[in-house]
Amino acid sequence: MIAVANVSKSFTLHNQGSAVLPVMAGAALRVAAGECVGLIGASGSGKSTLMRMIWGNYRTDGGSIRVGETEVAGAEPREIIALRRGTLGYVSQFLRVVPRVPTIEVVAEPLMRLGVAPDAARARAETVLTRLNIPERLWTLSPTTFSGGEQQRVNIARGFIHDWPAMLLDEPTASLDAGNRAVVLDLIREAKSRGSAILGIFHDEDARNQVCDRLVDVTGFSEGL
Amino acid sequence: MTEHPLLQVSDITKTYGGRIGCADVSFDLWPGEVMGIVGESGSGKSTLLSCMAGHLAPDSGRVIFDTRSDGPRDVLAMNEPERRMLARTDWAFVHQNPRDGLRMGVSAGGNVGERLMAVGARHYGSIREQAVDWLGRVEISSDRIDDRPRQFSGGMQQRLQIARNLVTGPRLVFMDEPTGGLDVSVQARLLDLLRGLVRQMGLSAVIVTHDLAVVRLLADRLMVMKDGRVVEQGLTDQVLDDPQHAYTQLLVSSVLQV
Repeated sequence: MIAVANVSKSFTLHNQGSAVLPVMAGAALRVAAGECVGLIGASGSGKSTLMRMIWGNYRTDGGSIRVGETEVAGAEPREIIALRRGTLGYVSQFLRVVPRVPTIEVVAEPLMRLGVAPDAARARAETVLTRLNIPERLWTLSPTTFSGGEQQRVNIARGFIHDWPAMLLDEPTASLDAGNRAVVLDLIREAKSRGSAILGIFHDEDARNQVCDRLVDVTGFSEGL
Repeated sequence: MTEHPLLQVSDITKTYGGRIGCADVSFDLWPGEVMGIVGESGSGKSTLLSCMAGHLAPDSGRVIFDTRSDGPRDVLAMNEPERRMLARTDWAFVHQNPRDGLRMGVSAGGNVGERLMAVGARHYGSIREQAVDWLGRVEISSDRIDDRPRQFSGGMQQRLQIARNLVTGPRLVFMDEPTGGLDVSVQARLLDLLRGLVRQMGLSAVIVTHDLAVVRLLADRLMVMKDGRVVEQGLTDQVLDDPQHAYTQLLVSSVLQV
């Protein structure tokens, strides 16, 4: 479902003496449907960079990244927009939302974009929020005022509201207590059993061992650069 | 994806005497897409918007719009009545200053109803009903329907301008700094409103702004202009998170973090 082959990437810092920083070369991995693959490597080794290239907010300089039917490297904006609408989900570490929009709407939005009726989308959002122990009295408030852990759970609720065929998870269990962490791990297992291809970064080693079928060390993708 | 672009802009150039307003601008806009145009003051973004919307005649270039009735037509080659009809039906233009887009001496309901009458609505009851419906959608209470816009706050005036523009169900909206000059709290509400309307109505939009936070939340695609030329364009979060051009890198790194 996700296939990365011979991918390379460098950053050119025009305002710092046009320094060119090669950060990745020869990156390759595959994630099959129903499989969860964990990215490992020291901080700064390129886990997040690779994840962002698959999501499409970082440009891929060379090689190929396929998600389902879409070639992400060099894709037109509208191809990536379509990919994100129905095929590829993403739980990032940061919640970026329009201020003052109620939590329930934030969580339901990906479904509404897919054309699900607002009432049905909100009902589904309520189910996911309940599972993630976000109290009902918070649903009508904007998540911008929530604690870090609550924001993270809103982000996860938004990420798991649709059964994406492929998912990217960036530290989904960071800043969660034991109970909520268990809920997230269950959500991941359920997504796998529905056939989702999942690529994740987990610093939490125990969580990683519980859900990942395989690990890929990204250190090898930047050696010798 | 076999559909056609809604708008095809090619090689738009506009000079003022020897000075470049905008030069060689080309892009396609697809149905349902929102494109942001950013750049500092004087970068040519408003000139470009005016050329596309037919408010200003460019020196060269083409603006092909996929009209409902006749398919793709070059807007710049249309005669004035045709273009005016297009501006009232398929197109909408939201000005930065609501005074430029509203009739300040006419009631709120009249401002919305007037656009309906311009496309042939004649039944008073249904015009008023639609006006009330649209005022509600932009969160203006129905008991203000007979008030004039000059009695409204800036944020309300802007919402009224949006209602007036969208009541006829346009397919393409041009917006020039739609949240400029508003308090940040009012901006947020307007952003949410615009996002909801774009999604529900399947609108395409071109939004000119200098606010990168606004484009990140509203636009699917982004075009960066400097000195009248496009220096970079692409997916919004790719341009903002991994800018390739020196100017874009400077622009992105200059934003103050809150």
